[in-house]
Amino acid sequence: MLTDERRPAPAAVPPPAEKVRRRRRPWPTVALFLSPALFLFALLVLTPIVVAAYASFFDWNGFGAPGNFVGLENFRRLLTDEIFVGDLRRTLLLVALSLGIQIPISLALAMLLNQPLRGRRVYRMLFFAPYVLSEVVTAVLFTMIFSPNQGLANHITQLIGLGDLGATWLADTDTVMYSLFFVISWKYFGFHTILYLAGRQSIPPELHDAAAMDGAGPWQAFRHITLPLLGPTIRISVFLSVLGTIQLFDMVWVLTGGGPIRSSETLAVTMFQEGFKRFHVGYASAISMVIFLISVTFGLLYQRFVLRRDLEGAVTTMGDQR
Amino acid sequence: MTRTRSAALHTTSLVVGAAVVVPIVFGILGGFKDNGQLFTNPFGLPDPWLPGNYLDALRSTAFWQQAANSVVIAVASTVLVVGVGAMAAYIFARFAFPGREFLFTLFAIGLMFPFAVAILPLFVLLRGMGLLGNPLGVILPQVAFGLPITIVILRSFFRTIPAEVEESAVLDGCGPFRFFWRILLPMARPALGTVSVLAVVGSWNNYLLPLIVFNDSRWWTLPLGVQQFQSQYSADTARILAYVTLAMLPSLVCYALAERQLIGGLTSGLGKG
Repeated sequence: MLTDERRPAPAAVPPPAEKVRRRRRPWPTVALFLSPALFLFALLVLTPIVVAAYASFFDWNGFGAPGNFVGLENFRRLLTDEIFVGDLRRTLLLVALSLGIQIPISLALAMLLNQPLRGRRVYRMLFFAPYVLSEVVTAVLFTMIFSPNQGLANHITQLIGLGDLGATWLADTDTVMYSLFFVISWKYFGFHTILYLAGRQSIPPELHDAAAMDGAGPWQAFRHITLPLLGPTIRISVFLSVLGTIQLFDMVWVLTGGGPIRSSETLAVTMFQEGFKRFHVGYASAISMVIFLISVTFGLLYQRFVLRRDLEGAVTTMGDQR
Repeated sequence: MTRTRSAALHTTSLVVGAAVVVPIVFGILGGFKDNGQLFTNPFGLPDPWLPGNYLDALRSTAFWQQAANSVVIAVASTVLVVGVGAMAAYIFARFAFPGREFLFTLFAIGLMFPFAVAILPLFVLLRGMGLLGNPLGVILPQVAFGLPITIVILRSFFRTIPAEVEESAVLDGCGPFRFFWRILLPMARPALGTVSVLAVVGSWNNYLLPLIVFNDSRWWTLPLGVQQFQSQYSADTARILAYVTLAMLPSLVCYALAERQLIGGLTSGLGKG
């Protein structure tokens, strides 16, 4: 889990096995074992990304070879494209909401589940359950829940005394992003809670015992012991949350289709619309490149400056949360 | 713990637990209602219970076809990605050769490549290879995109197996193939479990790739089927709820049966270098 990150740097002590191998001409074995992975990865991951980079400089409908070179025109158009700029703004909004609301709540719930609470095993199991459902199933379920007539959401607002707001949740440009955020949080908070719980349980109990003996209250202990020691977990959790938000597609596509009037589109949804619905493949490739550059720049900078202490320079994490 | 504090903790857990459970139970029970009941009685038990929507879905060949497709594609993807990934991880973990770090870093950076970036050229490529409408058009890209996490996790696990194990195997005349197959893989069972869970869940829930690869319904997986069902019966909420419930049942049942392994598999591997 998250505790054994601090391994010694791999380069420092080469395993003795390598010396054995080096003498025995490893090339046939290396080639044989490595080639299937290299072949698939190069053909189906690297090539498409290179092609997308290439296509982003063309006005291309996706048929035949791209011929009409337009230079940076696609990227210039992106800057003046209201939808695209809106995508960036909405991504920022979702990131801010996730970091400001979802992550703190997940952390608080993990602290709660760390208490000697009756039934906490059941709660733990419940909280994680939405994470195993697919985004599509979750989205369809919540489409029904947010439906203005038979849906559950309006009945609940009535039940807790807010009256029938008659809210249309997903069909209103003012509320759609918040409804979307609610569904995302519903599905993902348990994942972060479990991460934090694992991190919390790996803190040696002696530290909190000692703090209690010194007269530290629960808040002080949290602030000065738990929180700093959860640092690596928090950094990973934030990383995954941001990366997931940048790449968000399934949930939005099924829940709103990007609507109403394109007010909930994300970068990936706009890319999909342009590429697969309007056949502006060159333009859509430019959006792909933006997603790619944002993800990789964020990922590398984050690992360079934030995760450095935790991972000792290794480029890792679970990039894909689907 | 004081009594008020304990009560507050319990209340919070109950409220959050309810927020998780209510939508799911709404789906399950809603499938037993009709649309009139859904409107007048959204929370209560169905009265009367109407199993028609579930029976219709279970009697339709479409549902079973989609479930079978999901299983076939998930199993094939998992076997391939774990097999191919383990072979590569073995090389990265236990052989020294020039370019090793470069190649490994290439795979490791692949962790940050989103599917969405590659999906357009992937579509063009698969069309060129005649793989549209073919399950391999979903399986092979899933394997390729699953390789980074598989290799990263397995490599770090393989590195923990002491070199003495390999040395003594070599002294006993064991070649690299036999060592890999007969000794390394059996020893790596927990890590293989972890990467398999990731691969199965990833494939089972994948939507974007099947969406562009499968035009006709022959190979539709459950996520595609659910979404299609929703647009087909958009006015019939109860019917959709029954279908969604059936589609989420396999995941929930697996989760209930193997909670620890699933949580472990889906959260570990994070931060393992």
